[in-house]
Amino acid sequence: MNGIHDMGGMQDMGPVEYEKNEPVFHAPWESRVFAMFIAAGAWGRWNLDAFRHTRELLPPADYLRVSYYEQWLSGLGDLLVRRGLVSAAEIASGVPAAGEPKASPPLTADKIPAALPNRIHAHRDVRVSPRFQAGQPVRARNINPTGHTRLPRYARGKVGTVYLDHGVYVFPDTNAHFLGEKPQHVYSVRFAARELWGQQAAPNDSVYLDLWDDYLEPA
Amino acid sequence: MTTKRRDFLRGSLSAAGASMTANMAHGQEHHDHQHQAVPSDPTLRVKALESLLVEKGIVDRHALDALVDTYENKIGPRNGARVVARAWADPGYRARLLADATSAIAELGYSSKQGDRMLVVENTPKVHNVIVCTLCSCYPWPVLGLPPVWYKSAAYRSRVVIDPRGVLREFGLELAEDVEVRVWDSTAELRYLVLPERPAGTESLNEEQLAALVTRDAMVGVAKVVAPQGGGTS
Repeated sequence: MNGIHDMGGMQDMGPVEYEKNEPVFHAPWESRVFAMFIAAGAWGRWNLDAFRHTRELLPPADYLRVSYYEQWLSGLGDLLVRRGLVSAAEIASGVPAAGEPKASPPLTADKIPAALPNRIHAHRDVRVSPRFQAGQPVRARNINPTGHTRLPRYARGKVGTVYLDHGVYVFPDTNAHFLGEKPQHVYSVRFAARELWGQQAAPNDSVYLDLWDDYLEPA
Repeated sequence: MTTKRRDFLRGSLSAAGASMTANMAHGQEHHDHQHQAVPSDPTLRVKALESLLVEKGIVDRHALDALVDTYENKIGPRNGARVVARAWADPGYRARLLADATSAIAELGYSSKQGDRMLVVENTPKVHNVIVCTLCSCYPWPVLGLPPVWYKSAAYRSRVVIDPRGVLREFGLELAEDVEVRVWDSTAELRYLVLPERPAGTESLNEEQLAALVTRDAMVGVAKVVAPQGGGTS
């Protein structure tokens, strides 16, 4: 989706504001939203791509206006309801529906150390033939899907060179919509800064993107 | 369908939250807020959601406490700093780190060999690496913890790919023209860590002293590591 989240290359967002000695969380509620998202995610009802897409669907003005963890809160609320863990009525009332047995939370404190290192869990050990190899020139396809994608607008139609084959990963464009994992190779692709931005860029600078097979075509 | 979802989201962000707030504030407020989508205090909305999820058995409150404690106190840039210091002190480790960061970081216990994939990119006098996630907020949690606000900000995400030198200048880092800048946009599920240059004059420091010099910003690539005053002799 050509949304506000896809902001690489925009120039009117102002200077980077740096906070010295920044705390991990700026308020207790931020830490609770963070923890609830991880803990509820352990049910396996959604994936990170789906979560990212909930944030992308925020109206653009809201996306820029609300804080990061408010985006998370919104996305968490959406997924809890849409994926059947909580009903909209329960969210509205704040009270569990009458007569339902209490569930057993899948993530307990003792399981956290083992769960965190494989939190993303997007790599797949399946044999899929790579369509490209290191050193090969490739063009990022000019696609404009209305759903989730991880091919930023600024790279579409541009020519780069495959730097590395990272192996096989789930495909966000289908995974985010629960339409299957469609595992395929992901490559690190180097784009010369001047290919992306023209002559105003420094001649030897570059941007590396990790791109899926389906995003690329031979150049 | 997209429009419907948007409406729903708008609702879940403000209306549902507002109704939770209204419930909690019942008795103190009149009904004149019912049709307003003014964002309510997130503290109340989040408390209400947590109570609901705990009561339903969706989440365990002790697990929430442990998760917060983990990222506030245990997993943070000190992990990455130890990785960097080991790489500076041990050429064999440095080689393993650059060839297979996932396994090398697992050696220090900060991730799992079978876990999420990491990549380390090395700064040299002629190459400067900097990391971003233009599309959201991807960041190497196991070695740096959770990202700072600036990393997730629209200003950083939008501009560092088109004007890396200008953005780095805002961080106080001026790069010479003959230095090649490589920006790594974390679009997939690989997480990047910059191996900064070891500053001159730190030859006598041990690994622990080296780790103390390494900052989060240097491992994202928006700063360099500087030697302590006095040339680094301890």
